[in-house]
Amino acid sequence: MQVDEQLDSDISIRIGGDAGQGVESSGAGFCKALARAGLHVFAAQDYRSRIRGGHNFYQIRAATRPVAAQRVPPDLLVALTAETLDVHLEQLPPGAGVIYEESLRLDERIRFRPDAAQIDAKGLRLMPVPLLKTAADHGSRVMANTAALGALAGVTDFPLERIMEVIRENFAAKGSEVVDANLAVAAAAHRVARERHADFPHPMPRGDGRARVLIRGNHAFALGALAAGCRFVSAYPMTPATSIIEYLASIAAEYGVVTKHAEDEIAAVCMAIGAAHVGARALTATSGGGFALMTEALGLAGITETPLVVVSVQRGGPSTGMPTRTEQSDLLFALHASQGEFPRIVIAPGNIEECFEAGARAFNLAERYQCPVIVLSDLLLASSLQTAEPETFGTDRVSIDRGALLAPGAPAGAAAAHRPASGADPAGPSPARNHPWEAGAYPRFAVTDTGISPRPLPGDPAAVFTATSDEHTEDGHITEEIHTRARMMRKRMRKEDTALRDDIRPPNRFGPGQASLTLVCWGSTTGAAREAAARLTAAGTPCAVLQFQDLWPFPADAAAAALDAAGLTIGIEQSYTGQLAKLIRMMTGRALDRQVLAYDGRPFSPEDMLTAVQRCLNGEIQVHVEPGEPPLPLATEVGVNV
Amino acid sequence: MSDITVKDFDSWVKPSWCPGCGDYGIFAALKHSLAELGVAPHEALVVSGIGCGSKLPDYMHVNGLMTIHGRPLAVATGAKLANHALTVLVVDGDGDAYGIGGNHFIHTARRNPDITHIVENNQIYALTKGQYSPTTPQGRVTTTSPEGVIERAVNPVAVAMAMGATFVARGFAGEPKHLAGLIEEGIRHPGYALIDVLQPCVVFNRVNTYAWYGERVYKLEEAGHDPYDRAAAQRVAAEWDDRIPIGVILREDGAPSYERQVPALNAGPLVERSLTDVADIGALLRRFM
Repeated sequence: MQVDEQLDSDISIRIGGDAGQGVESSGAGFCKALARAGLHVFAAQDYRSRIRGGHNFYQIRAATRPVAAQRVPPDLLVALTAETLDVHLEQLPPGAGVIYEESLRLDERIRFRPDAAQIDAKGLRLMPVPLLKTAADHGSRVMANTAALGALAGVTDFPLERIMEVIRENFAAKGSEVVDANLAVAAAAHRVARERHADFPHPMPRGDGRARVLIRGNHAFALGALAAGCRFVSAYPMTPATSIIEYLASIAAEYGVVTKHAEDEIAAVCMAIGAAHVGARALTATSGGGFALMTEALGLAGITETPLVVVSVQRGGPSTGMPTRTEQSDLLFALHASQGEFPRIVIAPGNIEECFEAGARAFNLAERYQCPVIVLSDLLLASSLQTAEPETFGTDRVSIDRGALLAPGAPAGAAAAHRPASGADPAGPSPARNHPWEAGAYPRFAVTDTGISPRPLPGDPAAVFTATSDEHTEDGHITEEIHTRARMMRKRMRKEDTALRDDIRPPNRFGPGQASLTLVCWGSTTGAAREAAARLTAAGTPCAVLQFQDLWPFPADAAAAALDAAGLTIGIEQSYTGQLAKLIRMMTGRALDRQVLAYDGRPFSPEDMLTAVQRCLNGEIQVHVEPGEPPLPLATEVGVNV
Repeated sequence: MSDITVKDFDSWVKPSWCPGCGDYGIFAALKHSLAELGVAPHEALVVSGIGCGSKLPDYMHVNGLMTIHGRPLAVATGAKLANHALTVLVVDGDGDAYGIGGNHFIHTARRNPDITHIVENNQIYALTKGQYSPTTPQGRVTTTSPEGVIERAVNPVAVAMAMGATFVARGFAGEPKHLAGLIEEGIRHPGYALIDVLQPCVVFNRVNTYAWYGERVYKLEEAGHDPYDRAAAQRVAAEWDDRIPIGVILREDGAPSYERQVPALNAGPLVERSLTDVADIGALLRRFM
């Protein structure tokens, strides 16, 4: 994916109103129309943890090149309430447009503000449209949000037919009367807007006409899992992970998926473990609080060598924290969750395409290494609507590898052929000493050079076996025998070495060949970081991005090499403590030169990031991002002492 | 007649239970009932929790899965949903089932998966050496209740009935033949079957001994109890102290199991499906366009 900084082909729009006014549905509908017109879209709802009431807004960015982050400030604000203007006024840049319900008289509202003169100096384009009256005249007052979409299309000179198409689809289930009324409302509002405000200088960029997929990270992940053969998901509802089981439940009957809304997260993860143990590709989805409840069972999957996939979609913590806000503060928790030591794999997608890929890849990794795989996503990635090329999600992009899984009947030969591991574990007595497999028990946990044991499934007449959360012998019986314990620990932990050698990816690097500055990040902040880096590079400071997708086992050698060639390194994380930087230091001995830390729960925009980076360049070692900070002028070259 | 015998379930690992432990009777009954039903070791999955009795799968030649404290019902439910061809049993204790796993117990009872749940109820935490359990009688002195237990004891059969369980029975480890019959009926029952088993702990429960139970238990089938009569079942469930009923307390035929009502499982066990049977997700993708 290319990220571009050209602003003339890029528009940022906010639609704000009270919860219950249809802000989300209008915003999502508009996005669909934009995507069908061939524009690249990044959009997200900003809302609170409640059902009705309170201000919320939908932020849409549309561009002629791929975009993977929000852009503040908005070029255009659509205000369904007076409060919308109050909340967003400060962030409106000079010349920004405001479409609003005429009866709100926002012009007067501004005139009576103490800072009226400063606002006046911004030269905002106030564009009143009689949304309510238009809605009432052509349909009903509840269609004011439809009127707003019509007006928005009118002001930005976006083809009305695209909006009409989406209205027809979205209201089809409500009958032709509702469809026709909404169409009439949209057309009338469009007409009024064209008549009054056709000269708004920031029209919608023209798309290339190529239809793209418009999807959220959670849905992309679920599709990837489905394509990879995941047919079992158990979960307990928790924002922002809920849409994964909801989506799979919505297609469960059609595609033959078992979805189980369990009584709690402990049951959810245990059900997934049970299903995976007998051979299903099983998933559980949660957020930090639920993941906390799953930690004991994570160790069960670890010691019983069960291929479990857990996706944890992070939100603002701690405890209930900020349920509808984004954060990246569960990294070290995911790495260390559960008592004792066992192999695990932790991966973190950084964009929508990686969400799909992670959905599929997680199951291959889980079955190849017979261990829990944790996919760490975050709210911004999970719930933002983004466009992607449909080919990215092709089933042909997904390969299925079940690792050392044995076909029914095969275990007989596999057990006979099993020999103690050769060079990998020379010490210790022969495993046959206290494991009479000839008695009929199958060596499910046979010690091998890779640590990976051939895996039969319960039900196979050739392989009756026991698995236990206790330390155990190769045929799965409880033991505390000193040599067996040591051998089994080494056998299990060796799987991490094997994974590191065969599957773990080095960090992704983006940017110019030689960079004097490198932004180090993971997860959803990668999109904004790449855009910020591109702008810095264009402004004369060659800046790269180092994105860690595979976080455990940690690709320490590759990370060290990349960091040594990175110039000034700045960690960019949405957490207070900078957990990736700690991990890097722990595993490579290398400290990042600077850190940018944000924990306000709001999406990181490239603008915020540039301001923070500039503060780093001005000498600050650790920058705690202040919400709403005015942008600093960009330096044209880096002149800092590391 | 099947050719499966009790010996087919023998393992090279021998039980480490105390001599005289009630678990021996339960162990014998379980093996006997599987053999009687002709369930081969590879056709069953015995899921357990943590505690003396939960080590049972370790002593048996059968697919075993010894999980973590309180969670075997949830693990077993996942296994049953993924492969309903397996005969899935849960063997755990009163701490597992009615204490730490109480939430799973009440929800499994109303969910009705085809799982046979054998609870080794010795009214004490034995492996941790004598703390009170959810079924320890009020007033009993244990290491964590030196002044006597303050809470009322859980009545597990009443709880299961209240949650809509379709098969509720009580057995006695001192009557292994009778218990084997109950386990057989529980396995045959196409839904969740609770078999709460009175299990003397010869070390940490010196009150509820074989002799104590022997004087009190009576068999419901001999007393003419009709397990299809819910009101009668309620009365029987309330009996304790002087007379303790064993046998099938309540049953309801014809209620479909959970997994029979999941559309994705109509065509057969999930694990027998090809992972690539969703050949093309294009149709789903188009809904996002």
